[in-house]
Amino acid sequence: MECKNEIRPIDLEQFLPEVIRFRQSGWRMGQICAVRTPGGYELSYTFVKDYDICTLRLSIGEETVVSSITPIYPCAFIQENEMAELFGVRVENLSHDYHHRLYRIERDTPFKEKG
Amino acid sequence: MAERSVIPFGPQHPVLPEPVHLDLVCEDETVVEAVPSIGFVHRGLEKLVEQKDFKQYVYIAERVCGICSFGHGMGYCQAVEHVMNIEVPPRANYLRTIWMEMSRVHSHLLWLGLLADALGFESLFMQSWRLREKILDQFDEMTGGRVIFSVNCIGGVLKDLSDEQLKTLLKVIDEIEAELKPILRTFLQDYTVASRLRGLGVLSPDDAIAQGAVGPMLRASGVSYDARMTGYAAYGDLEMEPIISKDGDSYARCEVRLKELLQSFDLIRQAVAKIPAGPIAVPVKGNPNGEYFNRIEQPRGEAFYYVKGNGTKFLDRFRLRTPTTSNIPPMVSMLKGCQLADVPLLILTIDPCISCTER
Repeated sequence: MECKNEIRPIDLEQFLPEVIRFRQSGWRMGQICAVRTPGGYELSYTFVKDYDICTLRLSIGEETVVSSITPIYPCAFIQENEMAELFGVRVENLSHDYHHRLYRIERDTPFKEKG
Repeated sequence: MAERSVIPFGPQHPVLPEPVHLDLVCEDETVVEAVPSIGFVHRGLEKLVEQKDFKQYVYIAERVCGICSFGHGMGYCQAVEHVMNIEVPPRANYLRTIWMEMSRVHSHLLWLGLLADALGFESLFMQSWRLREKILDQFDEMTGGRVIFSVNCIGGVLKDLSDEQLKTLLKVIDEIEAELKPILRTFLQDYTVASRLRGLGVLSPDDAIAQGAVGPMLRASGVSYDARMTGYAAYGDLEMEPIISKDGDSYARCEVRLKELLQSFDLIRQAVAKIPAGPIAVPVKGNPNGEYFNRIEQPRGEAFYYVKGNGTKFLDRFRLRTPTTSNIPPMVSMLKGCQLADVPLLILTIDPCISCTER
């Protein structure tokens, strides 16, 4: 079966309207992933419809605040809390904000620094 | 309005061998809200990819979870192989498919035993686990390991199966299927099972998609999605259709898993009939440079494996989105409105794997 597996870079301003379009078109939220880059983060939000997957790619600075997608996809709360807690990504408007206590770990943002 | 009280559920609970906690907000006996807590045993295994080279990391990926071990190794290898443009030999793809389906059988039988035990159906619990042992014995015969058997490598697999071993496997699954069918009939037609599970935790198709449900949980709501249909490994050569149910309740989730057991036997038979001769691995040269989102259908549902390489032997990032991570939000949503006494059963019908979630 031929399936699309696309990574689409997107600006912060266009991000939420695009997520709303995905939701209205019946896409399921697949996964959210943060990757540390020099001076910031690369955030990947993957959506699934039928057998196609599309990943929206946000490149942000370290202090950039990203809006939560939980008002659109309530199920995103675990994965958004995870990237906030492990990487230190600043996420606002989370429906369930665990305030870095999702995981009971001793170190703050352990995935932020390499090695 | 009745007075609300908060009842803690877990992290240690008789029906759950792994730690997960729920704060259940109840009005009398009715749950009106559930707040999940995980993270009691978070291990940070994704971070280890920065310290183990991409070939060594196969062994870490396999140890994310004992039950889903083979699939995690395969999902990780497939992602790296895609980044490195490695074409895995057809025989290796068939071997991966056979082991993946055997893993699904042992995972579903484990779940069936746990659910039966929670229902107080002790003979069913023992029969399920007795049959599961036969699959674990086959793993032992084939690979030397019963649960984590480390046969995946970048570029293929580490062990081959002889014709004699494949014949024995067919004989064993024939035996298991013959013994399993009456058990499934008993389970699905049992009055108590139906009265406990029918109408419990109903998830509509729209809610299943909106809440991010995957695997048997999604298919039990009537959504025909099974990542095996994308044709990875040898699935593209085999005949299969996703098993779905319409009701979206706890009984439907059980029904889908039970029918998937029979589907796995069929896939194993097809794979054994079609497995080609040839090498089981190709040499790997160079280091991964690039990224890829891979997905496979684990027993509990779709899992994502993301790798990002930088041209060195250490990856920049490995991300594993496990099925249970995706199934907790719909589970929490389903708990609203159910009776307190039904909470353990409802949780078991999503077959949560906390070991995976605490990767």
